[in-house]
Amino acid sequence: MASNGEPILQVRDLVKHFPLNQGIVVKRQIGAIKAVDGVSFDLHRGETLGIVGESGCGKSTLAKLLMALETPTSGSVRVAGNDLAHAKGAELKRIRRNIQMVMQDPYTSLNPRMTVGDIVGEPFEIHSEVAPKGDRRKKVQDLLEVVGLNPDHINRYPHQFSGGQRQRIGIARGLALQPEIIVCDEPVSALDVSIQAQVINLLERLQNEFDLAYIFIAHDLSVVRHISDRVAVMYLGKIVEIGKDTQIYDRPTHPYTQALLSAVPVPDPEGRENRERIILQGDPPSPANPPSGCRFRTRCWKAQEICAEEEPLLQIRPGADHPSACHFAEVHDVVHAS
Amino acid sequence: MSNSTITASPAENTKPEKAKKPASLWSDAWYDLRHSKVFLFGAALALLLVIIAAFPSLFSSVDAFNPSTCDLSRARDGIESAHWFGSDNLGCDTYSRVIYGARVSIIVGIVATLATSIVGGFLGLLAGFYGKWTDVLLSRVAEIFFAIPSILGALLILAVIGRDNAGIGSVVLALSVLAWPLVLRIMRAAVITTKSQDYVLAARALGAGPVRIMVRHILPNAVAPVIVVTTMNLGVFIAAEAALSFLGVGIQSPDISWGLMIADSRNRFLEAPAPLLFPALFLSITVLAFVMLGDAVRDALDPKLR
Repeated sequence: MASNGEPILQVRDLVKHFPLNQGIVVKRQIGAIKAVDGVSFDLHRGETLGIVGESGCGKSTLAKLLMALETPTSGSVRVAGNDLAHAKGAELKRIRRNIQMVMQDPYTSLNPRMTVGDIVGEPFEIHSEVAPKGDRRKKVQDLLEVVGLNPDHINRYPHQFSGGQRQRIGIARGLALQPEIIVCDEPVSALDVSIQAQVINLLERLQNEFDLAYIFIAHDLSVVRHISDRVAVMYLGKIVEIGKDTQIYDRPTHPYTQALLSAVPVPDPEGRENRERIILQGDPPSPANPPSGCRFRTRCWKAQEICAEEEPLLQIRPGADHPSACHFAEVHDVVHAS
Repeated sequence: MSNSTITASPAENTKPEKAKKPASLWSDAWYDLRHSKVFLFGAALALLLVIIAAFPSLFSSVDAFNPSTCDLSRARDGIESAHWFGSDNLGCDTYSRVIYGARVSIIVGIVATLATSIVGGFLGLLAGFYGKWTDVLLSRVAEIFFAIPSILGALLILAVIGRDNAGIGSVVLALSVLAWPLVLRIMRAAVITTKSQDYVLAARALGAGPVRIMVRHILPNAVAPVIVVTTMNLGVFIAAEAALSFLGVGIQSPDISWGLMIADSRNRFLEAPAPLLFPALFLSITVLAFVMLGDAVRDALDPKLR
């Protein structure tokens, strides 16, 4: 949980707009889906930043931007000081070694025609300078062992494994190049609850072992709280609140965060009766045409005129200890409410 | 709410090894094929025909290419012990001509199929993978060829090449030029579906280049529909070769082709049906064999039919 020193990942004003085109022969741009619209954060070595938000808020697009699988409309992603978003060719390939990914669905993220050895060993073939040819098989077996799989299964195909085991294969692939950052895009949401805990524990063990920094994207708030040092809450392409996990979970200041937290299932029947439920009205507005000013104002019970006129910046508000993008930010402990 | 909602649990138990049959697409398909009567029958017929085409002398003691084996006095004689399938207009043995005619059919079928699959498959891979203007250009060119009615187009091409140069090569060329767009379309569609799969994204995130992605990730997962079309095309091309030869623009005498034999004997059919019926029978059996193969392969490779 080191938060001193130079951040290993710096994201500044990251924007991704997907153009909406019309016309068959001559394409005209009639608008844009603002999937990610001005996101900034830092990530330090060995730290986990959780990113939460509902479906369609831009979490996965953000992950793709961090992996340079999409080109940002503007803004920068710096991995250990190198700009990933505008790098090309050999330089991009070199930066990629430092930032790897674990994907959501272990059933679609492994090539069904390749053996486990080929899948986990592919990073070495692409980045041939990392491991000499003779060593690769041994390295792949070491990786399988590290993620808790039997190294003798190197010649098996993905379909011969269970969901949890397949996700471990995906993690081994992500670890192969010894990156400092791993972007986990909903790494457990496709797994059974019992398997989720094992994979989360594996990720935590690997973090301690290799001093990894995680971007942990999820919609399960309790999973995020368990693994994250800091948490960012996204709504319609923007971060609305960011802070340490205790700050977000115990002292949320943004109404959207409070509403999200109030929806977390509470396993204790008594606590369940005592806690407060904030039910939001309506659906999130279309990211092609977000509301003026504060994007959350159409569903916010605190909204006033200023919310439509002035966009609230992500900054530390009076009475709070972490940044929040709300004009009327105030601490309101939803979960522990009596 | 407790501080930690996730509790540690014992390590995921790795299941004990079970000796079950592997379940990849290819091994499943192969398992299905081995147990499909249609496939076994079609494959046996096709194999027999390929052997006939490769070593016709094993099946006929008469060399059909040697004019001295023909005897005009025997012309249009019916079935007799020395000439099982009778004799044709020139008194040549129909049986040996049918046997020697298999070679043209098989060669045209295989070469035209290979040519269309390689060209159409390669261009389809490029069009599907790169998209944008590459796709527009290749797809529009393919559509131009697609729009030409096949027999008319082949007639036109062969007429331009001229009778003097006509032969196996020109027939293969005419058929291939008109048939590759079909393979391109199928390949392109399969590649577009595969391209957006997560494992392709994962390979890109690792920094894999386009050639590696196409060869290692997309091609093995997109090639199944092309294999099906390829198998079926074999039969189609063999039938088309016979049709073109029948129309007089394909294989020319003294080469032997079933289509040509049918054409030569059609005027005297009522008088001497054997020289027409036997090449027609062999042609039907050959096309049937390959269509059955194609059918069986399609059933085995189509996951929706499982």
